[in-house]
Amino acid sequence: MIDFSESDGVGELVLRAEPCNEIGTAMVAALEGFLDGLDVDRIHTLILRSSVRGGFCAGADLRELQAGLASRPAAEHEPALRAFLDRIHAVMDRLDMLPVTTVGVIHGVCFGGGFELALTCDVLIAEKSARFCFPELRLGIIPGFGGIPRLRREVGDAVIRDLLLSGRSISGKRAQALGLCSQVVGRGEGLEAARALASQSGKFDDYARRACKKFIKKLPAEELAQEKELFIELALRPPLLAALTKFVESTDLRPYLP
Amino acid sequence: MSSDTVQKLMALAARQFKAELDKLRPEDDLFEALGIDSFQAVELISELEDEFDVELPDYELQGVKTFAALAAKIDKRR
Repeated sequence: MIDFSESDGVGELVLRAEPCNEIGTAMVAALEGFLDGLDVDRIHTLILRSSVRGGFCAGADLRELQAGLASRPAAEHEPALRAFLDRIHAVMDRLDMLPVTTVGVIHGVCFGGGFELALTCDVLIAEKSARFCFPELRLGIIPGFGGIPRLRREVGDAVIRDLLLSGRSISGKRAQALGLCSQVVGRGEGLEAARALASQSGKFDDYARRACKKFIKKLPAEELAQEKELFIELALRPPLLAALTKFVESTDLRPYLP
Repeated sequence: MSSDTVQKLMALAARQFKAELDKLRPEDDLFEALGIDSFQAVELISELEDEFDVELPDYELQGVKTFAALAAKIDKRR
């Protein structure tokens, strides 16, 4: 599901779950295990990337979510959703607040929960193929893994309204123009660019680098909690299960396109 | 739709997905002709936006299946 390696103070966390690193209970457990075992004193930079062809991450595991909702009585939906959200929020918050510099390398699909995961990174490097999207309104919900507060931390409200209310996807180049990505590089060149950045970051005084990050990056805790509650409210309405069932039962070749 | 756009589009797609350009026709279903899945289609949109210097909102691509139809959408945005 994930791999972690470490060399010269640089950690590399690789998501490798086919088809596109969907975030369900298995991925959350893998990330929890990674975070529990991570020794932040051994690294100065963490690179987060995907090794699957489709992209960085296609978001929440919609098939697991559909199965979980369809197999449980309605009364159990809220506690089950809340338990999962609490876990994924904790993972996202821990990644967000790691004392080391985090660099996300994005190629291909970076949708929904995948976009939310990317937004925990300090710096994003997009390959030309990258595509960012918050398609949640198509399912009758909003991003629920902390994406809206983290996006608001990075860009203006007009951009958030555009992305959320249209559900359209944007390229890495557009994301760079909006200030979301620091660099756009060619296909397959993201890792090299991230390693070069990590090498530079490793030259800085460790205490100063960590103090700098702590000063410039804050957790939008209040809004994260508000987003979680709105997500649960919307997820408990009938449109989500109907949309998920349609998605799961679809034989369309292009389910990730509207 | 300009024939230049559809030719450039097919050339880019053929290069990216290692298809034989001389077998692609403007009226072909691009998913079938290129043998690509939805993830690759998403990548293709980013490559096209970059190549043609346009933005292609997903909702304007609903129902677009052929190279010719996609080229027409690109031309409308240029």
